[in-house]
Parts: sequence; structure tokens; C-alpha cells
Amino acid sequence: MHAARAHWLALWLLLAAAGLLLLGAAIGSTGVERLWQMQADPTAWQIVWDIRVPRTLGAWLAGALLGLAGAVAQGLFRNPLADPYLLGSASGASLAVALALTAFGVSPGATHWVVRLGMTGAAFTGAVLAVLLTLTLARGVQQTLRLLLAGVIVGVVLGALKDLITIASADVLQAITAFMLGSTGLVGWSAGAVMAATLAVCLLAAWMLAPVLDSLALGEATAASLGLPLPAMRAALVAVLALATGAAVAQTGLIAFVGLAAPHLVRSILKTTHARLVPLSALMGGLLLMAADLLARWLIAPQELPVGVLTAVLGGSYLLWLMHRRGRGRVA
Amino acid sequence: MMRDAMHSLTRLVRRAAALCALAVLPVHAAPLQATDDLGTVVRLAAPPQRIVATLPSLTETVCELGACGRLVGVDRYSNWPAQVRALPQVGGGLDPNVEAIVALKPDLVLVAQSSRVVERLQGLGLTVAVLEPKTHADVQRVMRRVADLLGVAGAEADAVWRRIDAAVEAAAQSLPLERRGTRVYIEVNTGPYAAGQSSFIGETLTRLHARNIVPAELGPFPKLNPEYVVRANPALIMVGARSAAGLEQRPGWAGIEAVKTGRVCRFTAEQSDVLVRPGPRMAEAARLMAGCLARPAPSGG
Repeated sequence: MHAARAHWLALWLLLAAAGLLLLGAAIGSTGVERLWQMQADPTAWQIVWDIRVPRTLGAWLAGALLGLAGAVAQGLFRNPLADPYLLGSASGASLAVALALTAFGVSPGATHWVVRLGMTGAAFTGAVLAVLLTLTLARGVQQTLRLLLAGVIVGVVLGALKDLITIASADVLQAITAFMLGSTGLVGWSAGAVMAATLAVCLLAAWMLAPVLDSLALGEATAASLGLPLPAMRAALVAVLALATGAAVAQTGLIAFVGLAAPHLVRSILKTTHARLVPLSALMGGLLLMAADLLARWLIAPQELPVGVLTAVLGGSYLLWLMHRRGRGRVA
Repeated sequence: MMRDAMHSLTRLVRRAAALCALAVLPVHAAPLQATDDLGTVVRLAAPPQRIVATLPSLTETVCELGACGRLVGVDRYSNWPAQVRALPQVGGGLDPNVEAIVALKPDLVLVAQSSRVVERLQGLGLTVAVLEPKTHADVQRVMRRVADLLGVAGAEADAVWRRIDAAVEAAAQSLPLERRGTRVYIEVNTGPYAAGQSSFIGETLTRLHARNIVPAELGPFPKLNPEYVVRANPALIMVGARSAAGLEQRPGWAGIEAVKTGRVCRFTAEQSDVLVRPGPRMAEAARLMAGCLARPAPSGG
């Protein structure tokens, strides 16, 4: 019964994504265009093929990575408020980007490194280093509360350092704000390929580790009593979380709320095990960010709204509506 | 020891210069006054001698009017002319340091419209003028207002403005005719945020007879859909060196004429300051942009 519902939901989410992909190819800086007319003009076709399609797919992939990371985080910490940025990766990434922007032009050597690493590389490195810092402070992955606290502290401290650096230069401040709001505008085929590969690896790993998440839901003692090699599997889950979040953040900046909302949206439709929840959350996150990206470029074209603002508004209002409906149901 | 001696020497020289400036100042019988951007009439009993400016363009305006010696503090972004770098810094436009400003005992504080510090400073008994130049016309207006407050004769301020304006015009005239109407895209930040026709830098571009691909309707600094730029196919791109990294690798951008022909002007941080600040250096900004427009495409493009 559950399996059938989960399959239907997955199919529906994929179909919706495919539909949005078509729409995404047609919506551009001049509003909605007819794709079959654009095929005749090579420039227009290049815009569709080299810009719109990879960016729409990129939005889906980044959203899927965040949705997956969100489901893993909420299972791992047994906390419905956990989101992918919980281990400090967001602040780590923004601090690294701020550092790279500041280092640019300081000396030829520094500039050379910044150019070679790129903003994407810097953000990914920063995100991963921040998670490692959190793990060091928490002395491993065994104590959930310790890990959570360390993550929050690392997030706050690195965020403060980032602020300290950015406020010194108006130029950097502006660039960092854009990064914090997130953007899918500059995702190309290569960025998409990187995210797709990461998603495949993370999905497989998370699917294999799903039993741990299920057993953790019953409490740590129960999980330990089941005879699973908990320490190693938890470490692996943290690695999945860090990798998925880092890859998404590096390509699209800090996109709010997708990671938190996607698992909740899936759970509101059906209750299931983590082996299904994780992939479904990925599909849901992808759809959410893809829809937000479409709206972001369509609403005030040729200008764009920051996509992170829209994910928060979209996901947030849907969750609010769900809570409202459920609350009313209970009263009645 | 040596450095101390140098310091006291420079301080002595600066004080002497300030005294000279005082001596030269016309004696005003009537109090000085000007209406600021909030509509407040700012009154001063005597020409201010201790000025704090919290916006780079205001600092530059004060200095251009020959009153650099009367500045006692500036914001941390003010870096021109070189002598203001030695002044105490009182925070930035977003986070002004009230205590530092008050400690300098200024008789006039020039702040930007966006600054939250106005009421606080007024409550502490300081004279505050809110002035924020954003356009070419603003530069002229603000220059006149600052002159009124400084006790500099209006004719003198007008002369300074005319000199700047003529220099902008000269920069425009220096361009070969065939460069007129060049389609230009100016990126102020990766986002990508563009500078539209209605921005300060966009106005300078218009005076140089170039065509901005971002029309005025989109506002001064719109966040564009990157494909808009690809479609507009600019022949020239102006960008700060910081956000220029990886510009050619953006999806679809390799096909843009400016990228194909290599006509991408990268401005250093110092040059960017000149370009985006609505102040007296707008003539220098026009020359920088004219230089970029006149530059021939690199061979092999």
C-alpha cells in the first residue's frame, strides 16, 4: 500500500518536474516564448539550449541535493527543525567566498589562486572545512546534542567573521549579499554535471544508510541494540550531508528553506521509511527550487528576483497552510 | 622618535594650512544655511571648521571645494584625496560610530540619506546635514548645498561644477565618431547586477554617446536574467576586476560580441571607486570610460 503510494508520488513529482523543465526552456528574459519558433533562430536556440535548459535542470539538481540533505539531517538529528546548513556549511561557504573576494587583487599570487579556485571552489571548500571544524569541536559524530551545538556555534562564529570581512568593503558586501540570497542564473552544463554526479552518489549512499535513520527514529539506545555499526554509519551520513549541501551551496549560493521544507512536504503526503523519504524529499526539493526559479525569472522579467526569497515564500506558505488545515481537522 | 617628529611636523603644517584657510575665508555677517535632502533647513552661525563626512562622495565634494583641511573625520570607505586617509575613521554608512563622531566635536556632520545615525546625532546636539548625491544633477545640487554650508561663495561652487562638466564633455568629444552608439553592458556585481541608464555610471555612459543595453525603466541597478545580456549582445563590457573572473565561462556568454572580440574592460578597485561615486571625480570617471570605449579590440578578435 505504502509502496504503491510512494511510487505514485515519485512518478507525479517527476512528471511535474518534466513539465516545469519544458516551461523553463520557454520562459526567459522576455517572458514566455514559443519554443518551436525559437528553433529557427540559432541565437535563440543557443539561449534555450546553453542557458535555460542547464539552469532549469541545475535548479532541480540543487533543490534535490538540498531536499536530500534536509531529509538526512532531520533523520540524523531526530529533529524536524534540522536543515542542511545545520553543521555550519552555509557560514563556512559564505566566509570562504568573502575571503576569496577580499583576497582578489591584494597581490598577484593571491589573485592567481582565487581565479584558479573560483568562487565555486571556494564555497565548496569553505562548506566542507566548516563541517570538519564542527566535527572536531563535537569530538566526532556520536553525541547528537553535542554535534548540534557545535554546528550552531561554528555557524554563528564563522558568520560573524564573514560580516567582519565584508563590512570593510562596500564592493564585497554587495557580492556577498547576492551569494547569500542564492541564484541559479549562472548554472551551466558543467555545473549541472557536477551536481548530478554528486546527487547520484549521495542518493545511493543515503538509500543504503536509510535503515540507520529508521532505527535512530526509535531512539539511540534502540538503534545501538539492533547491532548496526552506528559510529561508522553516522559518520557516513554526515559525509553525505556535507557533500550534498556543499555541492548545492557552491553552485547556487545559500538557498533558504528548501532543505527544511521538502521532507515536511513529503511527510505531509505520506508516512514512509527513510529509504523512500530520502529520494522523495530529493524529488520534492528539486521541484520546489525549479518552480521558484521559474517564478524568479518570470515575475519581473527581464529582471530577476532572488530565488531564495521565493523558495522561502513558496515553501513557507504551503507549510503554513498544511499546519492550518491539520489544526482545523483536529478541532473538528 | 623620528616618526614622532614627522608626525608633529605634519600636524603643525596641517594646522598652519587650516589657519591660512581661516584667514582667507570671507567673513559672513549672515548665518549660513542650506536645505538638506530631508527638507530640513540646516543653519550654522559661522563657517564650520570641524567637519565629519560619512560618505565618500561627500568627502570628495568637501575637498573639491577646497575645505579638505576642515575635515576632522571620515567614513571608512572615503579614500580620496590621499590626505583623508590619515583622518580618524568613524565607521561606515551602514554602521556609523556615534561615539567616534561625537568625540571629534564636529560643528557639521554630513551624512547619507540611508544613514540611521541622523536622529541620534541631532539628539546629541550636533548639526547634521543629510545629503546624498545619486545622479549627475545631484552632484551639482549637493556641491552647491555643501558650498552654502561651508561658506564658500556660490559662484565659486558653480565654477567648480562647470569645470567638471566641461571635462566630461571633453571626454565625450575625444571619442572617435565611429565609436558612438556602441552597445555597452556595465556589470556592477556578479548576480548579475547591471548599471542601468538611470544609474550614475549609466548617465556618464549616456554623455559619452554610448548605448546602454539596460534601459532606464529597469531601474538603476537591476538584477538581470543573464540571458538578457546574451540576447542584447553588447559590443563592449565594462566590469570590475573582482566580478570579471569567470565572465567568459558563464553559460552562453562566449557568444557575446564583446567576449568574442575581447572588448571587456576590467576596472581595478580604485577605478571602480571613481566610476560609481557620484562626486566631483565624475570627469575622471568619464575619461576612464572614454578610454575603454576608444580602446581598439585586441588583435585576433
